Parts: sequence; structure tokens; C-alpha cells
Amino acid sequence: MAVLVYIENPKGKIKKTGYEVACYGAQVAKSLGTDCIGLLIGKTENAGAVGEYGPSKVIHINADQEVEFDSQSFTKVITDVANEHKANIIILAHSANGKALTGRLAVRMNAGNVSGANSLPDTSGGFVVNKSVYSGKAIVRYNITAENKVISVMGNTLKPQAISTAVSPETRTAPLAATNTKVIERKISEGVVPLPEAEIVVSAGRGMKGPENWGIIEDLAAALGATTACSRPVADSDWRPHHEHVGQTGIAIRPNLYIAAGISGAIQHLAGVNNSKVIVVINKDPEAPFFKAADYGVVGDLFEVVPKLTAAIKKFKH
Amino acid sequence: MNLLVCISKTPDTTSRISFRPNEKEYNTDGVSFIMNPYDEWYALVKALEITEKNGGNVTVINVGPASNDIIIRKALAIGATDAVRVNLENPDAYTTSANIAAHAKNKSYDIIFTGKETIDFNGSEVGAMVAEMLDLPFISYASALEVNGNTSKITRDIEGGVEVCQVEGPYVLSASKGLAEQRIPNMKGIMMAKTKPLTVLDPISENARVTIEKFILPPGKSGVKLINPDDMDELVRLLHEEAKVI
Ligand SMILES: Cc1cc2nc3c(=O)[nH]c(=O)nc-3n(C[C@H](O)[C@H](O)[C@H](O)COP(=O)(O)OP(=O)(O)OC[C@H]3O[C@@H](n4cnc5c(N)ncnc54)[C@H](O)[C@@H]3O)c2cc1C
Repeated sequence: MAVLVYIENPKGKIKKTGYEVACYGAQVAKSLGTDCIGLLIGKTENAGAVGEYGPSKVIHINADQEVEFDSQSFTKVITDVANEHKANIIILAHSANGKALTGRLAVRMNAGNVSGANSLPDTSGGFVVNKSVYSGKAIVRYNITAENKVISVMGNTLKPQAISTAVSPETRTAPLAATNTKVIERKISEGVVPLPEAEIVVSAGRGMKGPENWGIIEDLAAALGATTACSRPVADSDWRPHHEHVGQTGIAIRPNLYIAAGISGAIQHLAGVNNSKVIVVINKDPEAPFFKAADYGVVGDLFEVVPKLTAAIKKFKH
Repeated sequence: MNLLVCISKTPDTTSRISFRPNEKEYNTDGVSFIMNPYDEWYALVKALEITEKNGGNVTVINVGPASNDIIIRKALAIGATDAVRVNLENPDAYTTSANIAAHAKNKSYDIIFTGKETIDFNGSEVGAMVAEMLDLPFISYASALEVNGNTSKITRDIEGGVEVCQVEGPYVLSASKGLAEQRIPNMKGIMMAKTKPLTVLDPISENARVTIEKFILPPGKSGVKLINPDDMDELVRLLHEEAKVI
């Protein structure tokens, strides 16, 4: 028995969610009295750092090559390592690539799986993990009864903490199975923390009136070191890029702090954000439904309130 | 081309959520069900667009009870050629996938479509599982697709942007927003749907690998604290000292 954690490394860098799942896997292994092994595929800076977050062993496959993600060939490599080390639990991030892998891994391992878990397992009477369902209106507690288990973990489920020392990775080459898929291009906004990983998100909606007004939102985000997001009509009208769109049809996030300005708080919007730890709503309409889901609310004109908040943040950070 | 679209039934997002006294089952009383929007708006419509251009058939498949025929008829009304329902009550993702894979195995579909996830459980599992069961490539969260003979160029959503991939031969794809535009069935479609073939198949069964221990309601927010719009220093103080998020 062992726990295997698959750690993503886009462009050769370990993501924050990678350290999160390393911590998660290490804690699961500890509660079961077994070992946690970290697994990386393809060229990675400082792969051994994974050990600081708990895994006692790091396996680094094809460390000298840039490897493009492909769910089919990665599934074979990951399950081969799991079988070799008799790992019956595989942990990975519920990220774009993680979502493409989880179901495949479950089939190949003949495992029970939970995708998008947001708690550590409760092993007191089974192996029970929580997951948010029905647009955040309920939590389901799943008991994974199968011997083999695959869990993809929502971002920000744990705060990654360095608790140990780096380990020197065991490097090895493994041929990736040839498949019929190849990546030909990637377009990513540079220099920003991707939304699913952001701890602070500043989001704005139709109350902004037009794309030319986004400067105040970007200023607030910059002051907080936050990533920007938007409501669906904003993305649909091309005021903001599609990948900023959060909600039921956009992406689901759970940052520590979600600040929403000029967003009414429709259920489809809330579906993507109501797992945020703290929600601040700025809206001029005191009846806006979003206030019911908020921790802190400011009833006022965002064009006045947002710059004042930015100034107060700057003063505080000084 | 021969395309398969997997469709599922979900409660409308605005539905009230409650559970049966055993806390293990969703209380469906008074809930209105819909075809999962990603399946209907994006996967199904994109499949129809492809066959309209290249010729071929679009088959829809659902794993579920007879009460799901309502969404199957809707898919046929929107334009699917025929339908298959595997007769099974409340299947989990694994069982659903196993049944879809069993049907698809010898049918040589060129592309198998699913929605990127269902809007109730957000699992994103079925596409990946079917792909693994059939040992096919799987492209998740596709927001654009061009088919040229045996080659497909697919744009998929990833963190902070998109990735463009090329696939040769058959594959499984999950559809996200942008892949197509929603179509509303017209009267002619609705009439024709009544006579289109719907084959009901017996299920294959799978052992349960995961069970629902129970559903719980999330701890509610304790109520919003309103801050004077002229005192943003106070908000910053609360975020720092009370909420401890900055
Ligand atoms: C199937 C389906 C899926 C959907 N998916 C999503 C999704 O994923 N994400 C999403 O966001 N939406 C989604 N929607 C749309 C959703 O229902 C709402 O229509 C949308 O979220 C509204 O966006 P908004 O809050 O920006 O705009 P509005 O509802 O127009 O709200 C604008 C708000 O700004 C406030 N405002 C205006 N001016 C000011 C000012 N000067 N200062 C302060 N406040 C001001 C107003 O009081 C109002 O509350 C979906 C809808 C459907 C049917």
C-alpha cells in the first residue's frame, strides 16, 4: 500500500496546486501509516522540492525532456508507476489536465474515484471524502469502497506547507506510448496567476458599464496581488477574455478572498464562486442577491468604492 | 461521419435542493429536470454541425430510466438521427461509462462527445472513462473544433488560456462553452422526433466502487456585515484581523 501523487509542471514549473496535492497525499499516507510518492513527468525545475511538502520519495520521469500532456499516454505512465510501487491511492489536482486524467486513471486502476474532492479523507469508518455538488448548495460525503482509489483535489483545499526537506528525485526514462494526439499551439496570458490557483480574486460584472472602465479593477487586483475574473455577460460581450469567466458555465474557483463589484449574484454565477472562503460584495443595489452569499458587503457606487478600497489596501500594505 | 453524443439529465440549476430522510438520496419532488446544458448546447449541436457539413449520423445515448426519454426526445427534436437508452436507474459515472463503452465498442464512431461536466455533480468523468475503456484519445473542455477528413483540430480550455491539439482518427471529446450555439427545437423537429428510432438496451452491471454516505447542507453564511462605503479602511481591517485573508 502506498499513496502516489501526480504533480503537474506546466512549462517546467511546479504549480501551487502541485504542492497542495503533495501535502494532501502525504497527509493521507500518514493517516494510513504508509508512504507517499511524488511523480513528475518531463523537465521540471527543482523537482526535489516536492519532498519538502511531505512525500518521502520523488520519481521523475523523462527529466531531460519537455513532454506535452496527453491523457492517454500519461495514464499509462502513472498507472505503471502505481502498480510498480503497489500504490493503491492516486492523488492529483482537479485542474484542466487533472480532469482529463482522473476518470482514465480510475478505469485503468479499476478504482473508486472522487473528482473535485475538497476535504481530506475521513478514515474513521471507511474512506470518506467531501465534495461540493448542486451548484454549491450541498456537500456529498462519498465513501470510496474499492481497494484502489483515485482522488482529484480542488485547488485551495489545503494550504501547502513545507514540513520536511527536499529529496533527490529518482530519475528514469520511460517511453511515452505513441498516441494520435499532439499539441500544436498554446495561448496563455503571461505573468498572471491562473484563476483556479489564485488566493485572491477581484471580479466585476455588468455594473462596470464597459470594458474601458476596467482600470479600477486591475488597480485593485494589482494592489492585492489578485487575479481578475468576470461574470458571464461580461465575457459574452467580449469586455473581458473568456478564460476570466467564472460560474456554472465558466470555471469554478474557491479562493480565500473573492471580491465582486457590480455583479448581481445570480445562482449560475454563485455556482462557480460560493465555495470561496470569504466573499466581499460591492453593489449599489442593497437588494442584490449576492449580499445573501457575502461575508462583507458595501452598498455603494463601485466607481467610488473600488478606488477607495484600492487606496486603503495600499495604505495597509505600506 | 458517425458520431455519438452522450447526454444526461440534471436538475435545473435554480431547483431547490433537499434530500430524502435517509440523507443519501436527492429529493426529486417538484424538481424540473433538463438535458445537461453542455451536452445539449455544445456537444449535440457541434455534432449536428459536423454531419450537416460532412454527411453522416448523430446518435445520442443516455444511461437511465424510461423517465429520461423526455430529454432523449428533445435531442432527437434538435436534430439527432437516432437514440439509444440503456435502461438503468441511478447509475454512477463508472457504470454509465461502462455501458456507453459497451455500446460504442463495435460501432466505429468517429467522435464520441460528452459535455465537459454535468451541472449537478461536476464530475468531468464520463468522457475520460469512456476514452480509457475504448483506449481512445480524450480531449477535454473543447471550445472549438475543426474536422478535416480523419484529422481534427481542437482548442481546449486550460488554466489561463487555451491549447490547440490535433488528433488523427477516432477520439472522445468533452464540450465546453464556445463549441457551438444553442439550438431551440422547432415544431417540425418535435414532430419528427416522435418517429425517430429509440433503442432500449439492457444494461451491463458494475460493482459499486463508491457509495454516497450522505448529503449535508453547507454551513450557511452567518449574514453579511455591511461596511460604510466611505470607510474602506474598516473593510481592510476586517479582512486582515477578522477574516485573516489579507
Ligand atoms: C444556464 C445558464 C448558465 C449561466 N452561467 C453563468 C456563469 O457561469 N457565470 C455568470 O456570471 N453568469 C452565468 N449566467 C448568467 C446569470 O444568470 C446572470 O445573468 C449573470 O451572472 C449576470 O451578470 P452580472 O451580475 O454581471 O450582471 P447583472 O445581473 O446585470 O448585474 C449587474 C449588477 O451591477 C450592479 N451595478 C450596476 N451599476 C453599479 C455601480 N455603479 N456600482 C455598483 N453596482 C452596480 C447592479 O445593481 C447589478 O446588481 C448563466 C445563465 C444561465 C441561464
